[in-house]
Amino acid sequence: MSTHLITDAHLESPDDFYEALIETHQGLSTDDSHALNARLVLLLANHIGSLPVLREALAAAREA
Amino acid sequence: MKLEQFAAADEAGPLDYQQVEFDYVRHADQDADAPVRRPVVVVGAGPVGLALAIDLAQKKVPVLVLEGGHQLSTGSRAICFAKRTLEVFDRLGCADRMVDKGVSWKVGRVYFGAEEVYRFDLLPESGHERPAFINLQQYYVEGYLVRQAATLPDIELRWKNKVVGLSQSDDGVRLTIETPEGTYELDADYVAACDGSRSQLREMLGQQTQGRIFRDRFLIADISMDADLPVERRFWFAPPFHPGQSVLLHKQADGMWRVDFQLGWDADPVAERQHERIRPRVQALLDSIGHAGAQFQIGWASVYTFACQRMARFRQGRVLFAGDSAHGVSPFGARGANSGVQDAENLAWKLAAVLRGEAPPTLLDSYGSEREYAADENIRHSTRATDFITPKSEVSRLYRDAVLALSKNNAFARSLVNSGRLSTATVLRGSPLSAPDADGFAGAMVPGAAAADAPAARTDGSIGWLLRSLAPHRFNLLVFGTPAESAWADALQDEMNVLRLPLDAAHALAAQRYDAQPGTAYLLRPDQHVCARWRHGDAKTVRAALDRALGRVPAPSLAAA
Repeated sequence: MSTHLITDAHLESPDDFYEALIETHQGLSTDDSHALNARLVLLLANHIGSLPVLREALAAAREA
Repeated sequence: MKLEQFAAADEAGPLDYQQVEFDYVRHADQDADAPVRRPVVVVGAGPVGLALAIDLAQKKVPVLVLEGGHQLSTGSRAICFAKRTLEVFDRLGCADRMVDKGVSWKVGRVYFGAEEVYRFDLLPESGHERPAFINLQQYYVEGYLVRQAATLPDIELRWKNKVVGLSQSDDGVRLTIETPEGTYELDADYVAACDGSRSQLREMLGQQTQGRIFRDRFLIADISMDADLPVERRFWFAPPFHPGQSVLLHKQADGMWRVDFQLGWDADPVAERQHERIRPRVQALLDSIGHAGAQFQIGWASVYTFACQRMARFRQGRVLFAGDSAHGVSPFGARGANSGVQDAENLAWKLAAVLRGEAPPTLLDSYGSEREYAADENIRHSTRATDFITPKSEVSRLYRDAVLALSKNNAFARSLVNSGRLSTATVLRGSPLSAPDADGFAGAMVPGAAAADAPAARTDGSIGWLLRSLAPHRFNLLVFGTPAESAWADALQDEMNVLRLPLDAAHALAAQRYDAQPGTAYLLRPDQHVCARWRHGDAKTVRAALDRALGRVPAPSLAAA
């Protein structure tokens, strides 16, 4: 398992993913979209598991 | 001018293609007692109609092209011609001039707000004759195609011949054609409708295109300027000089640039085309890139909207729709003219085979199913790019801006930035004309894929290119290894062109791209798409694949992969 955050291209099919991401929000109010995003972050964080990696991700998101 | 005058003037020196006007010439068909019958009539002399006509004529099918206008493309219009399109034009013998005249570029820069977030070097994989694409004004492409058409006795071009009526029966199509000297009628075995996005033929048949219409307007303009700008594609998301909208700057031939400003749905399409409205926009762009003092002239300009849509069926009896008449996309990804040229080459060999009696008319159904599948792929890519460039919801914009913000320091995000995915040849997966693999293969040359180029030895021993070595209008059997390893193929020489490539150092790249071993064989259609491949072929199996590719045996309907 990676001990550092992967920031190089790692998605299997970026365009398919992005389309699915936007479609998931289709028809939601802004509040509902925020809530969905929060749930999504938590689900993905659990999948990653490693706290050091998650801390790197939090920092990278904050910096951008 | 007449066609031969155009050819002579073009040969003599630089010709202003925007000023060329072709003469209407009265033809004996207009005075015939009964409508004259033609095997194929192509309606529309744009890149798609001309490519189709040249392909057919080179296959010795007499073809008549009817064009309502009498000039080449007004303004630059389609400017990006992709590698696959150049390979098709190579097969037709006219790509060299396009590549010489066109602009090859490889560096792109992407900006978000005031900042450059990344630059990319589109260094294509080496070992291909043609670049990933060139930028060239559409009128040059059309002019070069007309020049090529002028050399072919089997093509006749009639300008100011506008189709105003169409009726079809089981055995033919009757066209009513309007000319400056009145109307006349013609009969045709088949009609190719290459008459563009506002196709009159589509309307005459009561057909429609269906899909998604985008509520947005874009200003497009040709700018000639003396600024010494690097040959780069620049794409701005929400720059300070054009807040909240996108801007594209791209180089063309003759020191001309293409600018494309997103304007939003509420923009006035007539007012925005005026040069006094365009000038400050271009000036603001130049100011922002450090060329405030550049002198520039505005040429052709247009305000466009677009829809991603297609006809339900491209074959309507004896009328075949190709190019913009059949399908529409956004300009992002250059999938309009490029997919239209692929339509044309898919249709050309099938029409020729049917007219020669080598294939049943049902082969033409596969034109429809294969190119409808391709159109869906192009529409999908073009819709995604459009959604990224012009987000239509708050959350879509939120993610778009998040991707752009991350892209500066996080390489992965660059793969999500979508300012258009460049047109490539559609892999015709699940085509009824392809035989599924019976043997194991690695790599990209799956049944349905367009044959990849690679260096290949010419008969004189010098190094040329694989695609150029293929017979341009026949089925090709590409066999790797020594003749002794594929002696069975000799029996097929009358039915197809057999091309053997030795497995030596000169052909290492070809061997790699085709995952070749001694005896590996690929059957390529006349449009260079793979229809079958084997580790060890035999004449009987190859003949069966040929029958299938020509629609002579029933096959399951095209299933999308």
